[in-house]
Amino acid sequence: MYTQSFNVPDTTEPTGAKAPLSLVGVVSPLSEQDAAAQTRFDTKLNADQKIEPQDWMPEAYRKTLVRQISQHAHSEIVGMLPEGNWISRAPSLKRKAILIAKVQDEGGHGLYLYSAAETLGTSRDQMLADLHSGKAKYSSIFNYPTLTWADVGVIGWLVDGAAIMNQIPLCRCSYGPYARAMIRVCKEESFHQRQGYESLLTLMRGTAEQQAMVQDAVNRWWWKCLAMFGPPDSDSPNSVQGMRWGIKRISNDDLRQKFVDATVPQAEVLGVRLPDPDLKWNEARQHYDFGAIDWDEFWATVNGNGPCNKERLATRVKAHQEGQWVREAALAYAHKQAQKNSLKQEAA
Amino acid sequence: MKELEALSDFTLHLADSALILGQRNAEWCGHGPILEEDLAMANNSLDLIGQARLLYQQVAEVRGNHCSEDQLAYFRDESAFKNFTLLELPHSTALAPSAKGQRDYAVTVARNFLYSAYMVGIWSSLASSPSLAAFAGAVHEVPLQNAKALQWANLSANLKAVAAKSYKETEYHLRHSSDWVIRMGDGSAESHQRIQQAFHHLMPYTQEFWTQQHPAALQLDMPSIKAQWDVTVSDVLSEATLVVPSAQGFLPTGTRGVHSEHMGFLLSEMQGLARAHPGAVW
Amino acid sequence: MSQADPKATPPATPLKEWPLWEVFVRSKQGLEHKHCGSLHAADAGQALNMARDVYTRRQEGVSIWVVPSAAISASAPDEKGLFFEPAADKIYRHPTFYEIPDQVGHM
Repeated sequence: MYTQSFNVPDTTEPTGAKAPLSLVGVVSPLSEQDAAAQTRFDTKLNADQKIEPQDWMPEAYRKTLVRQISQHAHSEIVGMLPEGNWISRAPSLKRKAILIAKVQDEGGHGLYLYSAAETLGTSRDQMLADLHSGKAKYSSIFNYPTLTWADVGVIGWLVDGAAIMNQIPLCRCSYGPYARAMIRVCKEESFHQRQGYESLLTLMRGTAEQQAMVQDAVNRWWWKCLAMFGPPDSDSPNSVQGMRWGIKRISNDDLRQKFVDATVPQAEVLGVRLPDPDLKWNEARQHYDFGAIDWDEFWATVNGNGPCNKERLATRVKAHQEGQWVREAALAYAHKQAQKNSLKQEAA
Repeated sequence: MKELEALSDFTLHLADSALILGQRNAEWCGHGPILEEDLAMANNSLDLIGQARLLYQQVAEVRGNHCSEDQLAYFRDESAFKNFTLLELPHSTALAPSAKGQRDYAVTVARNFLYSAYMVGIWSSLASSPSLAAFAGAVHEVPLQNAKALQWANLSANLKAVAAKSYKETEYHLRHSSDWVIRMGDGSAESHQRIQQAFHHLMPYTQEFWTQQHPAALQLDMPSIKAQWDVTVSDVLSEATLVVPSAQGFLPTGTRGVHSEHMGFLLSEMQGLARAHPGAVW
Repeated sequence: MSQADPKATPPATPLKEWPLWEVFVRSKQGLEHKHCGSLHAADAGQALNMARDVYTRRQEGVSIWVVPSAAISASAPDEKGLFFEPAADKIYRHPTFYEIPDQVGHM
């Protein structure tokens, strides 16, 4: 799912809702060795070649990637909760199975991404500790509640739709393990958006109550999804460095525009009204004009004051803590087995 | 036709068991002890729900009259459900439903182990049963006027096919849960205590496996299935350094539609939304 | 059991974190195993189970290999010059891939 890491600092870095953000890492003069390595690194980037785990890389590049990939992974894991909320209550067996498969995929995506991040010199435990302490962020879209069954479909249609837009360019990102993880993710992601949209189509062809359920969900999620792409490019100085490093490929505003242009016709087919009185086709620009996003609300939620922030995090912490004895049991068993085996080896 | 009804009821029991356990195991989604297990338990749940759907579809075909998998899953009342009581229990040791205990992974894996060890016996017997039709094409040997016999042939052939598929899935569930029982039993002091307690709690519920009535036509060799189950249970628990608890105590009656207090809560949650919109398509 | 042999296989103390394993899947008979990612597991048996659940959900495999990441040696990147790591390097740069007993303290 989408990560806002270029726009959203971790909790220990200076914040200020709209303060310009400093580059990660310190720019200091390079030694002769490092300067040569930097040149090789730059050459690779310019030639669109992949950087792999053992390659020399600027510390800032490595740190930025760790932060972005781990935030992306955290988003997938936390993202299991709002939709997982409806598994036990899914109104048909087919939908129940589809939803379990989708939520499972999200867990799997988190896993691929944690794997990719671990190649950069961090560990799953360290990343989870940062998430659970509140130091690391996850995509803020998951801080909103799923109040009806229609929310599940809307998340598939709009949230996954937005994520796909962001993820496809990442398949070409300069860091090999991240790009390969994203290719795997994108292969699985197309099912996510389709199942959501198809669910909504069924609802919109159903009873008056079902249609009202969809419209209500769209009203609550539309603006949040637009904000998912992050603040306007003028407020995101890190994006420039990200683009130079081949990590960020397309700007926030461009992605957001692309998303609106693709989604409006989809909404028309569904028969739902998008809650924006300023939304209209601009013949001159050949794009849809749309209204102003409430960035105050976005930042308030990102900074911890959304409807579900505390619950989401507490739930992840709880699962981790309650699972500790299980993880320890497996390790204790493995240790005993290893000791038994080494005794056997010595006896032989 | 008595045999058709008996086979259909038995299929419904299999479906209910699969659905109810699938519903319970899906509760771990997003809350598992480690991410890898979240994925494993989701697979387990998907397998069970998949089995339930195939089986419900068979029963719906026999019943006809607009019956469907969702009609059976969402619009039957508690007393019509024929799952084993073992499967509707929450993931905790003995506690009233209003008390809301914490979920305990030891109870989860112990239950999955006991049930999948039993079902590998049932599925393999059904898949190789000589009394079930070999294939749906057998219906050509039945006189066209005999609609009931036709239905019986269809149902029995499909049940055989579902059994073959489910057997493979259940073998993996057995492997996964056995591996965990062993690691918990022979792991840490805490895990050993938890898994032992889980078996103490669940074992009496397994009595229902052996007291259930099966359709005579199936010719299931229950003594042989039980003997194999006893061996599996004692082998795995012994490797896990666990004691096999007694299976005596209250004999549950879920297969006759009289459930534990937990079933009502489970069904409210599962069925509520669908029932709020009767006739709606999702 | 003698504690003198530094080449003895088991770790001196149990690990704190499930170790990392690399997963290789052969998708079809006749093809080679390809690396598809990693996962955490406490032992090889569980690693295989988990690899099946994580990496072959869409029937992407007929055979799975799992290898502890710490066991993999890798060649150095193909850069010439004085300043790269020794030849048989580990694939991960992080110190947690090396097992340090608790008694040593923070390292």
